[in-house]
Amino acid sequence: MAAYLLRRLWQMVPTIFGVVLLVFFLFKYFGGDPAEILGGLNATPEQIAAIRQQLGLDQPVWVQLGIYLKSVVTFDWGKSWATNEAVSHLFATRLPNTLTVMLPILVLEAIVALPIAMWVAYRRGSLADRTIMVISTVALSISFLVYVIVGQYVFGFLLGWFPVQGWSDSVWTNLVTYAPLPVLLAVTVSLAPYTRLYRTFFLDELGHDYVRTARAKGLTENTIMFKHVLRNAMIPILTNVGLALPSVFVGSFLIEVFFSIPGLGREVLLAVNRSDYPVIQAIAVYLAVLTMLINLLVDVMFKLVDPRVVLK
Amino acid sequence: MSAVLAPAAMPGDEERSEGVWHAAWRRFRTDRVGVVSAAIVLAFLLLILAAWSGLVAQHWQDEVGVANAPPTFLGPRPPEAIGAIEVPTGPNVDLSDVDPLAPRYKEWDELAAKLKTTETVKAETLPLGADRLGRDVLSKAIKGTEISVFVGVLASLLATGIGTVLGAFSGFFGRRVGDLLEWLYNVFESIPGILLIFAFAAVFGRGILTVVLILGLTGWTGLYRQVRSEFLKHGAREYVRAAEAIGASTWSRMFKHILPNISHVILVRMSLLVVGFIKAEVILSYLGLGVGVEDVSWGTMLAEAQSELILGYWWQLAAATLFMAVFVTAFSLLADAVRDALDPKLRGLE
Repeated sequence: MAAYLLRRLWQMVPTIFGVVLLVFFLFKYFGGDPAEILGGLNATPEQIAAIRQQLGLDQPVWVQLGIYLKSVVTFDWGKSWATNEAVSHLFATRLPNTLTVMLPILVLEAIVALPIAMWVAYRRGSLADRTIMVISTVALSISFLVYVIVGQYVFGFLLGWFPVQGWSDSVWTNLVTYAPLPVLLAVTVSLAPYTRLYRTFFLDELGHDYVRTARAKGLTENTIMFKHVLRNAMIPILTNVGLALPSVFVGSFLIEVFFSIPGLGREVLLAVNRSDYPVIQAIAVYLAVLTMLINLLVDVMFKLVDPRVVLK
Repeated sequence: MSAVLAPAAMPGDEERSEGVWHAAWRRFRTDRVGVVSAAIVLAFLLLILAAWSGLVAQHWQDEVGVANAPPTFLGPRPPEAIGAIEVPTGPNVDLSDVDPLAPRYKEWDELAAKLKTTETVKAETLPLGADRLGRDVLSKAIKGTEISVFVGVLASLLATGIGTVLGAFSGFFGRRVGDLLEWLYNVFESIPGILLIFAFAAVFGRGILTVVLILGLTGWTGLYRQVRSEFLKHGAREYVRAAEAIGASTWSRMFKHILPNISHVILVRMSLLVVGFIKAEVILSYLGLGVGVEDVSWGTMLAEAQSELILGYWWQLAAATLFMAVFVTAFSLLADAVRDALDPKLRGLE
């Protein structure tokens, strides 16, 4: 196990280096001149030259890359160009808000879609199955935007069940007052694709020989579905939840923008609109690393949960 | 296979087995859902062609109706009772004896006579209503369809091109080239997709072709993976080795022998990409990172519709949603049908 972990971690190094290179050269050669962005419209040439010197932009490319690598390794990204807020502070204050909304979404999606998919797969080919499949195809083709616009209008404006948007400092208030509407909408929207996906997992299991054997020896359908099929189908389903885990940290930027939740996703969008390069670069690099670590964690957890899995 | 071997079907061609495209077409024709959705997609394409050539929706930017004119079937909006001051009737009061500008009256009258103003009649109702600026929502929706579909198709062509070429090199050559490209793939895969799109959007700016570039450059990874595995598989097959034995060049083996044999896989992947890119364009345009302000797409229509909805003007939202839902549903079903027809082993899995 230790050897496996070490090997996987070692394999990550070139990939992380690649991510750093990609982000560095993308902004270096395609982005605007940082000195001009920082200096603003009224900057004199002397001011711009001073900023260039301060940022090390007058050095050769490989020195700049060195400065950049150092900032990655030491976690010292300096300050946001737009708000002068330290990037590390930005991470620490925005991430909890993102998690407050995204974790309930991740859990509820799986819990709600699972029974529907199981039932639909069990009654494969019936009217209910086909109806749900048609509905989910159509529901998938409508943009997420429409659901949010209409949802805010109906539940927030017409019915007044939830505040249309807002956020507070207390986690509990956020969770019971401001999070329910975005969570409800996000779960509703993702229900269709998740049901489709889980249905294929269940169908896959239902076709196996052990199901026929179980039926032949006279087990009830309930026992077959819940004790045999469900357990086996949980493996691909959990894999899928694990794959979706990194997106929890990115946050649904759309949800955060619509409901003005001060999370990481919204921060990235603000940074893009302000050409605030340090923030975008930092978030891109660290989220890539986080994604890789979570994927490793999911793989290891599978070994613990399912003894049949062989790590290689 | 019996259809081909029957003498009526293809006389004198009994030696050849049925081609993959011919067989796919035979399976596709029997798929009713697929044929209907193909017809809908075709109708949309004709509409887009008409909009592109200027036959319809050329003047979508003109103010043809009153602001927020309702759709025709709702009837015109009742005039609002807002107790305005009544317009006075009768001739204007003559001020010429006290007005210091009086000597110039005549000059102005002459100037006024030279100008001709035409009062355009603004429609009270339009087929699908009007937006805040009195523009015809139907024309906007048609023009928006053109832009959104154009972006989706072009971006998927770009992504397919990149993915196919890189996948072909990676799968065919393996070793160093393969390792290098796999590394590139891992780098692109490890950054969450939407973040990658944002990072590209931050440096490339806005505009229709920019969106195509962003989506194409970030969306090739899935296709690359599949093409690579197909090339790995086919590279060791006998027909490729036979081609090598008779002296076919590397280039010819890759793109003349293997590529046609996996083109159906690429086609299926590409059609799935189109749907994904159309949705992505809508979201990018909504956030102001997509098409410019002088263009219209489904995304910008939805962005405008959000503030209109609060005031009760729901028609722009409905029009954009309807056009998008019909096209995307038809296109997805068509993609499914094409996949089923080209790869019957997958049928019924989903």
